[in-house]
Amino acid sequence: MSIPVKFRQMLLVLIFGTVAIAVGSPAFAYQASLIPASRLINPDQLVKILQSAKSEKPLMTQVGSHVLYTQAHIPGSEYIGPASSESGLQSLRKRVESLPRNKFIVLYCGCCPWSHCPNVKPADDALRAMGFTNVKVLHIPGNFGMDWVEKGFPVAKGD
Amino acid sequence: MALIAVAGLYFTTRHHGVPTGTRGKAIAEQSLAPDFSLPDLSGQKLDLSSYRGKVVLLDFWATWCDPCREEIPHFVELQNRYGGQGLQIIGVSMDDGPEPVRDFYQRFKMNYPVVMGNAKTGELYGGVLGLPIAFLIGRDGRVSAKHIGATDISVFESEIATLLRVK
Repeated sequence: MSIPVKFRQMLLVLIFGTVAIAVGSPAFAYQASLIPASRLINPDQLVKILQSAKSEKPLMTQVGSHVLYTQAHIPGSEYIGPASSESGLQSLRKRVESLPRNKFIVLYCGCCPWSHCPNVKPADDALRAMGFTNVKVLHIPGNFGMDWVEKGFPVAKGD
Repeated sequence: MALIAVAGLYFTTRHHGVPTGTRGKAIAEQSLAPDFSLPDLSGQKLDLSSYRGKVVLLDFWATWCDPCREEIPHFVELQNRYGGQGLQIIGVSMDDGPEPVRDFYQRFKMNYPVVMGNAKTGELYGGVLGLPIAFLIGRDGRVSAKHIGATDISVFESEIATLLRVK
């Protein structure tokens, strides 16, 4: 059965309109879930690297909340600022601009459930845009408390 | 089929359907909620202990936290519905400063006090290392429940109703 031309046109407008809304939505832009698995590192894997005498140690940057960072953070990690804000992204760019582009860097946040984190994807995107080729994002499914601290992984407090 | 697929993509990327939070361990079962004195958005000090005799829902949140933002309109409803019976919701913002919180407060027509929390407040409550986290506190000032992550509002409502019945 052939579909009338006008109906096909309306359907196409509806489809493309829906896609445009979804892609343009802030929810879509911040979705940590869109970071490919190849760019992720799990807490277990990171801890093994940190505890190994042989492994290259990454520059670790927390790109979320300062209040959360002060309560608990990965020892040796630096607080950069929320990457969901332009000022946080500028701080990140400034921190890494002089580093070799193959420097091993780990980004993390842990503020809220992974799919709702507004910080890690913008940070990852910013580093890729600067040409960094060895960046991993720490996959924290729930939050930093549940998936790092309560698992008994190393923790530091304060600034 | 294409329309359904695209619609499915759209709805799965929207800010709803947040997984229900898990009921975490209490600070200590039926322990007194740690008191604090923190500035509200107008700079006035708010003391938690001054709400003894009321049922308090203490909500740790931040303006940049999407699951938190989704809960707040429901909290506004709960405050409207049960405020006359003794419910007091108090928001503890974990934002780095009050400016975005004031703006948010106005836009979302929040009807309960919001104070500016800090790392010390978080540590008092066993470590607020992810948001949202909410505590229910009975009229006797004791912690009744802790909810980590976004929680279905019906769970809060049921627990609040139970606590309000205790005079």
